[in-house]
Amino acid sequence: MAWFLHRFLLSLVLLWVVTTLVFLSIHMVPGDPVELLLSQDGGTPDRATVEMIRKDLGLDRPVYVQYADKIAGIARFDLGRSIVDDSSIAQGIGRRLPRTLELIAAAAVLSLLIGIPAGIYAALHPGGLFDRAGSYASGFAQGVPVFVVGTLMILIFSQLLGWMPAGGYVAFERDPAAHLRFLLMPASAIAIGLSAVVFRITRASMKDVLPLDFVRTARAKGLPEWHVVRRHVLRNALMPVITIFALQLGGLLGGTVLVEYVFNWPGLSGMLVGAVNARDYPMVTGVILVVSALFILLNLIVDILYGIVDPRVRK
Amino acid sequence: MISAFRNTPAVLLALLVLLCLLAPVLPLHDPVAVSVAERFAGPSFAHPLGRDEYGRDLMSRLVWALRSAVFIAASSAFLASVVGTALGVIGGYVRGLTEIFTMRGMDVILCFPPLLLAMLAVTLYGPGPVTLIPVLGLVFVPSFTRVAHASVLTVRSHEYVEAARGMGMGAGRIMLHTILPNIVGPLIVQFSFVMAMTVVLESGLSFLGLGVLPPAPSLGLMIGAGRATLAQAPMLLVWPCLLLTLLILVLNAFCDRLRDHFDPRSASGSN
Repeated sequence: MAWFLHRFLLSLVLLWVVTTLVFLSIHMVPGDPVELLLSQDGGTPDRATVEMIRKDLGLDRPVYVQYADKIAGIARFDLGRSIVDDSSIAQGIGRRLPRTLELIAAAAVLSLLIGIPAGIYAALHPGGLFDRAGSYASGFAQGVPVFVVGTLMILIFSQLLGWMPAGGYVAFERDPAAHLRFLLMPASAIAIGLSAVVFRITRASMKDVLPLDFVRTARAKGLPEWHVVRRHVLRNALMPVITIFALQLGGLLGGTVLVEYVFNWPGLSGMLVGAVNARDYPMVTGVILVVSALFILLNLIVDILYGIVDPRVRK
Repeated sequence: MISAFRNTPAVLLALLVLLCLLAPVLPLHDPVAVSVAERFAGPSFAHPLGRDEYGRDLMSRLVWALRSAVFIAASSAFLASVVGTALGVIGGYVRGLTEIFTMRGMDVILCFPPLLLAMLAVTLYGPGPVTLIPVLGLVFVPSFTRVAHASVLTVRSHEYVEAARGMGMGAGRIMLHTILPNIVGPLIVQFSFVMAMTVVLESGLSFLGLGVLPPAPSLGLMIGAGRATLAQAPMLLVWPCLLLTLLILVLNAFCDRLRDHFDPRSASGSN
């Protein structure tokens, strides 16, 4: 129990440090941050605008007041307002985050469906054609950047073959079939790289378990091979796969930005890329805070699950 | 079959780097010279890959973009390796509070997805190479710190370190002259790995328009711009995609070779 509590508190501390750093980031910029934010076109911004934005961001008050305000705001799920259009940042994130999570979930399901069976097959036939081809293909798929995959998919499937829309979004409740159609390409673009990772871990993990004594015993008992693989090998081999996969998913929270941008998927990225271009500082920090918090939460969940399944970790 | 191709990644990487270094002296057209009348001109003898949407020579742009990708990746990886290794070695050797601060500090950086951390920096400092290199460096500091730290922990109790301490060498000299040379292998492997990662991250940022700024040639920018002219000139998109992929795959393969070299136990057999 103490271990779980310790792990939980550690996550809280990390979350606090991350929040503080993001808060401090605007104060770490040399010079006046507001003038810097406004001076992107090269001209000197006029005094009135600078004063207005400084007041809007609360930068005219002492730093500790701003900090207390920020923390209190976050505790109420209030992340402030955009300096560009004054919209509520928390609401914007609340509207777009589910779409990003849906994309990640779809990609995760696809890559598990491809990667795990392929990894199992390759491990059971080591050195075979499939094993060698899979090893090269996964190295290739892992290397190609996801926005290159996405862009080339649009070129091939939308432009040349005309099978798929180049990108866009339709709400599920309006037209489920169209929704899934728009989801398929971005999800596949992510899944190509991700399934390569799943394939490699599954294969390596299976190979670690296959030569163990209990597998030999199961075979010696005369159990059918598929039974040995499913009940004895897989149960032990899948644990590391799930762990590493979960950590990869955390990385995807950042990586989907590119895919969403390529396919015009209206998730967090549309908001983020626009905000970075407009140097909408509160908006950018809001999105980054939420994503980092999700990342910390995911790590915590993985650790706790691992602690439950394998008590040795708690030592 | 394997042994014949053993050095392929190293040879390919050497060729790519040579191409980058020689870009200024090669008989290439000016990569930013605009010629509106010849927009989207097809391949010709003088312009083997044709011209882009502003009439600029595509081949020369590709070479210069490769040069900028390799330069940015190498500089950021170098920056990250110096800072990260120093923190890891000091933390691993001095232990105590210093170790807690360096290693926990890295955990904090790792909470931010790399792309988002870079985007935060671009918001604050504006896009461009002056922002890009330090930011990409910062993002990859933890990976060097972790490798250096882990290696120091195994090395620090060895007898030669004990001997150096016994001879009265100061902590600084021990870290620099005794420990560092003995952990350099894994760090070199990490360097090539981080280079590949920085190429990916930089091209992604440039693709979003937040990295290298136009008109400077950059593979990410070229891919981003090629999307707009997909229908008229698909090759404007395909060439930079191919070159970027080649660069990353060569770096990855080179990294695997290095790993096999420094750690023969993990060599091909298990993979």
